[in-house]
Amino acid sequence: MIKSNSGIRKTDVINRRMFIIGAAKVVVFVGIVARLFSLQINENKKYLTLSDKNRIREWKLPPTRGNIVDYFGNIIAGNLKVYQLHIIPEQVENFNYLLVRLKNLLNLSDKRIARINKLKTELKPWDSIIVSENLSWSQFVKINNYLYDLVGVKPVMTISRNYPYNDIYTHVLGYVSQPNEQEILENETIQERFVPGMKIGKLGLEKRLENHLIGTNAIQRYEVNAYGKRINQLEHQKGEQGSKIRLTVDTEIQKACGELLNEKAGSISVMDIYTGDIIAMYSSPSYNPNLFLFGISQDEWQLIRNNPLKPLINKTLSGLYSPGSTIKPIVALSALENKVIDTKFKVKCTGKMELYGQTFHCWKEKGHGWVSLRNAMKQSCDTYFYEVARLLGVDRLNITAEKFGLGKKVLGDYFDNEKKGLFPNTKWKKNNLGKGWVLGETLITGIGQGYIQSTPLQLCMMTAQIANGGFAVKPKIIVDSNPISYEDAKQSMESGLLFDTDSEQLLDKKLFKNQKNIKIVQEAMFASTNERFGTSYKSRIDDPKYQFAGKTGTAQVKRISKRERELDLELEQIPYKDRDHALYVAYGPYINPRYALSIIVEHGGSGSKAAAPIAKKLFKLIIDRHDLRNKQSNFERITV
Amino acid sequence: MFQHDRLSNDITLFQKIKNLDYILLISVILLSALSVFVMYSTDGGEILFHTKNHLIKLVVFFPLMIFVAFFNIKFWHNFSYIIYLIVILLLIYVSFFGIKSSGSQRWMDLYLFVLQPSELMKVAIIMCLAKYFHRLKIENVNSFTSITIVLSIIIIPVIFVISQPDLGTSILIALSGLIILWLGGIKIKYFIYSFITFLISLPFIISFLKPYQKLRILTFLDPDRDPLGAGYQIIQSKIAIGSGGLDGKGFLKGTQSYLDFLPEKHTDFIFTLFSEEFGFIGSVGLLILYSIIIFRIVRIGAISRSNFARLFCFGYAFAIFIYIVVNLSMVLGLLPIVGSPLPIMSYGGSSMLATMIGFGIVLSAKINHKQMIA
Repeated sequence: MIKSNSGIRKTDVINRRMFIIGAAKVVVFVGIVARLFSLQINENKKYLTLSDKNRIREWKLPPTRGNIVDYFGNIIAGNLKVYQLHIIPEQVENFNYLLVRLKNLLNLSDKRIARINKLKTELKPWDSIIVSENLSWSQFVKINNYLYDLVGVKPVMTISRNYPYNDIYTHVLGYVSQPNEQEILENETIQERFVPGMKIGKLGLEKRLENHLIGTNAIQRYEVNAYGKRINQLEHQKGEQGSKIRLTVDTEIQKACGELLNEKAGSISVMDIYTGDIIAMYSSPSYNPNLFLFGISQDEWQLIRNNPLKPLINKTLSGLYSPGSTIKPIVALSALENKVIDTKFKVKCTGKMELYGQTFHCWKEKGHGWVSLRNAMKQSCDTYFYEVARLLGVDRLNITAEKFGLGKKVLGDYFDNEKKGLFPNTKWKKNNLGKGWVLGETLITGIGQGYIQSTPLQLCMMTAQIANGGFAVKPKIIVDSNPISYEDAKQSMESGLLFDTDSEQLLDKKLFKNQKNIKIVQEAMFASTNERFGTSYKSRIDDPKYQFAGKTGTAQVKRISKRERELDLELEQIPYKDRDHALYVAYGPYINPRYALSIIVEHGGSGSKAAAPIAKKLFKLIIDRHDLRNKQSNFERITV
Repeated sequence: MFQHDRLSNDITLFQKIKNLDYILLISVILLSALSVFVMYSTDGGEILFHTKNHLIKLVVFFPLMIFVAFFNIKFWHNFSYIIYLIVILLLIYVSFFGIKSSGSQRWMDLYLFVLQPSELMKVAIIMCLAKYFHRLKIENVNSFTSITIVLSIIIIPVIFVISQPDLGTSILIALSGLIILWLGGIKIKYFIYSFITFLISLPFIISFLKPYQKLRILTFLDPDRDPLGAGYQIIQSKIAIGSGGLDGKGFLKGTQSYLDFLPEKHTDFIFTLFSEEFGFIGSVGLLILYSIIIFRIVRIGAISRSNFARLFCFGYAFAIFIYIVVNLSMVLGLLPIVGSPLPIMSYGGSSMLATMIGFGIVLSAKINHKQMIA
């Protein structure tokens, strides 16, 4: 009885205490449900976002660059499908065997193999290694034939920059290549859109217009696992190709320039004298920009770098030359404008001129006799221009020259390698050399020698501004948002005003005081090319359709010693480096002129022999293409 | 007395089957089936290693549960001390010859499967203490001797398990033991005093913890202090559960788990995966299923005539409850990470074996609920 009593009491205790526990259990379970509710219902959005952040990763693909086209819409910098070869290490069964196979198939260098092995250790096993960025078609076919034996190899088709005209436009367009760290940091747009394997403009317009050409990245969204491996693709967002840029250049003429300067060092610039459109701008020799796309080989690079004709220099913009006699139209104009001379003014040329005990030689040893402006220009008499320069003074000459664009950048900030050149005056010498101006220096400045330095494009613009009747033109290489047609430009100029496309205002762009003076200079240039004894008479075209006026120039590279002068050596007998630069500036057709050009052949000898004949060949083509160019006035509006 | 003994001995196999608790049985079957599906999901929707093994263990241990149930509760009462001693011996064996894995030594190789004796101790300690209090006179419950004995019964296995080291299991063993002490009638003030003493000595206990255990506590207090290291598990677990929302991402669609963001998804974090795929509704459903199981076990205890069966059922129900609470609190970020499986759901043979034996004894108590034990 006692025992059972005790048993019942014990049972009571157990039951009572169990009840307390039971209540506690309910409370705890409710607490857990509350926690579940707070996580799954209240904070569901937050955790869903975090979960998506975990599993979704974006991959940016390289953007497709915009095309650059010439005036007629021909693609001069485009995009090409290229075949690449990737290895995905985790799919490879025997990595070394694969490398040996690929080495034999593609002729890979040992260095390249070492690089691939290094990449393999650096990358995750599912990241692809690029074995070859640009397979030739035959290599691609070969790989595809042996694909059964090349486990883990993936032939990939991708898009790459391509320059269909090879070296023709290199100095205008520049080229693209892989950016270095600094280039990425300097440009925010590149920084934002950069992906490995992407190429950016390194030079020329490709660099200058980077932000317009670059395009936007395509984006691929993948689901990834905790180790970052892609599991499946969720979305593909297409990128936008970069803007199309239309240039003012004419590929046919540019190509002809390349052919005419073949194996010579030099430059040709052609400009529309009214609109300022640059029709051609070629620096010779050039090089193939396609070589840089996938990393240029050391051998090819050395070949370009060590070429004595210096293909890396854009001679049109960065080449500084003494203008030689091509400056004479400006000297004549300045003298006429300042009323120092008139058309009747004559000088007797005896082949040399003495000044303070110094002898200044005319190119013609026997002298030209009594010469007027027209004859002096025609025969490029140095003595006449020594005298005119002496009377004019360098400061007045400087004002005229700078008005016509010497000593200033022509294309503004489009090319960061463009040089300003120099047109000296007394103040410049005092400030920069700390010495007073010497009258003898005025004399040689009058024939385009001495301190004076100009780029071929400056000479072209100078000629264009004489040819259009003495009005300022605004040179341009890109067909911009406010294009002005040839007719409109010409008309507004002839009315004495010029429509400025930037300020959208009609501005007075007269560069002359008296337009008659321009006419006198034009006629003198005409005589120089089209009249007997003219320096470029041999290169004339009689057909008025193509007839042009021009001025030869021969820039001394080296001071000619008395002995050399007496020797009167033939061109071939002088070392290449010491030969004169041949220059020629011209515009045509003479009636209703349309285009101006400048030609420089480095170390080509005399302008009349080496440079003027090129103009003759070129003018025919330029003028023949004028109608085509006029028809092509369906301007696309591109904001740059 | 005699009469009762005779009655119980007369129970036929048919009566035994008839007397099984079918609600409990069905709940366990449902839970087992669910666990197979969830395991299938952890394998990424394929029948791979974990699913296969889990299924095999269920197929073996479920009949074992019925087998255990068919022994009279008196049998289990009689063998309680021996079972406890055997498990103690196994713990001693493991501490010398056990298999080492990831820094702790808690398994023994039985060729067919690897046994973790500490899991068996979770049940054995309840049996042992239930028998002790069953036999103890109510007057002697709070005597010095009995308190010393029961504390020893708890402390001995706890020391072995802690030294493996396995903090999680030792806490669960201690809690399972303490609940019997509570139910057995140890004075409430002792519990209160002990609790206060525990709180006071907590700083000293912490100073004895291993660096990784301290790190776990720090991580629990602030998971963001090292999101990719120590805090990674808990952060990823909360993301998985939270992103499950009301109705979950769907079966086999738990991105956190199949993209491998979730660690230990087969074992301790199985609920996380379940909750991600089945959401709040599924989670509450699972809790209800567990609640039914717990409630049925308590009910069986309540109708049992013997205090041994009563104490065992109440104690075991509480133990199951504690396993669930510790596991869920851990994956929900309410407790520091201590290794503790979710009964039946988690992958792990020893845990399932112990759980099934426990259910078996509970069912035996049901079949023999009229059985008196002297």
